[in-house]
Amino acid sequence: MRLWIPFAASAASLLAIASFVGAGWDAPPVETTQIGYRGSGMYIFKDKEKQAELALANVAPPSPYEPDATGDRAGTIYENVQLLGNLSDDQFNHFMASITEWVSPEAGCAYCHNEENLASDEKYTKIVARRMIQMTQAINVDWTDHVAQTGVTCYTCHRGANIPAQVWFRDIGPKPQGNMTSNRAGQNVVAKFAGNTSLPQNALEDYLLGDKQIRVHSLNALPTGENKMGVKETENTWSLMNHMSESLGANCVTCHNSRAFNDWDQSPPQRVTAWHGIRLAREINNTYMVGMTPLFPENRLGPEGDVLKVGCATCHNGVQKPLNGVSMLKDYMDSLANKSNTEVPDFSTYEPGKTMLLAPGKTSSILTGKESTDLAAK
Amino acid sequence: MSQYQNIFTAIQITGPVEAGMPLPVGDSPRTGTPQFNRLLGWIGNAQIGPIYLGYLGTLSLVFGFIAFEIIGLNMFASVGWDPIEFVRQLFWLGLEPPSAEYGLKILPPLAEGGWWLIAGFFLTTSVILWWVRVYRRAKQLEMGTHVAWAFAAAIFLFLSLGFIRPLLMGNFSEAVPFGIFPHLDWTAAFSIRYGNLYYNPFHCLSIVFLYGSVLLFAMHGATILAVGKYGGERELEQITDRGTASERAALFWRWTMGFNATMESVHRWAWWFAILTPITGGIGILLTGTVVDNWYLWGIQHGIVAPLPDVFPGVTDPSL
Repeated sequence: MRLWIPFAASAASLLAIASFVGAGWDAPPVETTQIGYRGSGMYIFKDKEKQAELALANVAPPSPYEPDATGDRAGTIYENVQLLGNLSDDQFNHFMASITEWVSPEAGCAYCHNEENLASDEKYTKIVARRMIQMTQAINVDWTDHVAQTGVTCYTCHRGANIPAQVWFRDIGPKPQGNMTSNRAGQNVVAKFAGNTSLPQNALEDYLLGDKQIRVHSLNALPTGENKMGVKETENTWSLMNHMSESLGANCVTCHNSRAFNDWDQSPPQRVTAWHGIRLAREINNTYMVGMTPLFPENRLGPEGDVLKVGCATCHNGVQKPLNGVSMLKDYMDSLANKSNTEVPDFSTYEPGKTMLLAPGKTSSILTGKESTDLAAK
Repeated sequence: MSQYQNIFTAIQITGPVEAGMPLPVGDSPRTGTPQFNRLLGWIGNAQIGPIYLGYLGTLSLVFGFIAFEIIGLNMFASVGWDPIEFVRQLFWLGLEPPSAEYGLKILPPLAEGGWWLIAGFFLTTSVILWWVRVYRRAKQLEMGTHVAWAFAAAIFLFLSLGFIRPLLMGNFSEAVPFGIFPHLDWTAAFSIRYGNLYYNPFHCLSIVFLYGSVLLFAMHGATILAVGKYGGERELEQITDRGTASERAALFWRWTMGFNATMESVHRWAWWFAILTPITGGIGILLTGTVVDNWYLWGIQHGIVAPLPDVFPGVTDPSL
């Protein structure tokens, strides 16, 4: 019996089916919008069914109520209010109710507070939340080139979860055997944070944590010997670009004229916004996330022990404008649209359950964004 | 009419196997007991074997197998010998050339590109041995060596990508990795880095010959099938003794477009188009990064970039 024939035929048909079903194709209907000059191939493609799903998945929840901005300030009523003391009592409680819904709807207040003593800093999550509020304020004040007047709130990333769904960390799995076998040069496996391509796995570390040069093109037609970027560096940049594209559900021509990727003159204005976004993510990771590493317990770190970090998908969640461009900030202007206090405590001294008060002093070893810039200027 | 719709070879004649001409003294014997296979007879000659392997063919297979093993085992090791990940991520896995810091060093550390160089050596040797074998078999059969030279054109492109251009650039990191997706990533990244191969005129020529080959292949294949019912597939006889199939095929094209190739010249067309595809492509590769660093800007200097109106006015580099 030639048994191999039916076996081979079944295997081939299974593979064929798998390649169609498993590959995550964008099935028709696809919506096409021309954004560039005719003949330049600048079309934005959107899968209509996915758009409907994404619209449902990115709805901004309304503010629970309109707080009264008058009355005594929270800082005079409550103890240990380091950031939001300027809010009215009603605004303060409105904000606390909102942040609970945004970040810990299940655990409630107890996620960050000792419910017996709300002023106590004994839970590390409260320390993190305080730093995150500083971060949100800084984004809304300093980064309008990226977030415009829409701004961000905790919900932009958290979406009702303790940890935002789309964060990144150092990813070296599956671990190469090592010794004398190929170390695969940081690529050639499924890259989780680069659209499941085989491009470099940890390119985000180079660009959204470090500030490695993204630009690979030569600005002269003929070689001058100055441009040291090669094909490998280009793959690294391309990995970042895939991360951005996947994060925003956007294709290359959303930001580039693909005939000359580097040329700003031909680029859509979204590229400028994205340029600021790269720097924003870098700032968030360096100034806010990395500094908090000593606070997090092991199960809240990446598999390699690094702090969970922010990429484009963290806010964007598959759409070009997070929450489809709806501004939640307008209901939280007093709490999140100004930098109330930018001082940072020394997180390395924090002992969970023991430290009752972690207040910023000048002993802090962690620099704020501005101090960091000032230091660099010196 | 249906009997002329020759999707498969309709008639298979079986008889005593054809042993082939006697080989001269010193040649290895042909191996394998010849047999007939009806399934393969539908799409080709039903007789399978004997094959002439010889020492060149044997060595080529051995070298090719060593390259295949080096690449495959490194891929396997790159996922920590995990068989499930190996299967699941097979298309993602690769073997990377060394990074630029090693330049043209003959043997960088094995884990950092050394294996790539070794695999490349064995694969190249295997391919070249196979080329010599193709050449020698053609001579043995007292044929022309057209197949060998066509194969050489493909080898030229292969070596341009993986060896000659890296030598010109001064480091092997510019070479193509082994692996399904990795080599495709390389291709796209190569075009991006060097300012869009679209504006490389030799890339244009290569595409012309590639698409031209496809067109010629379709025209020729269709013509011969169309006159199959007059024995049109017996082309070589008809070169010297033009029969009704050949006459009709020629008339068809003369009537359709005023010009027709002959039974012989159409193969010359096909051969040149086919070999010029990798030759022009290889030249385009060799010029990239060595004498031209940004093809888009080169295209602007030479007037081949279409000017566009400023659709997005006011966008400037924010880093300036």
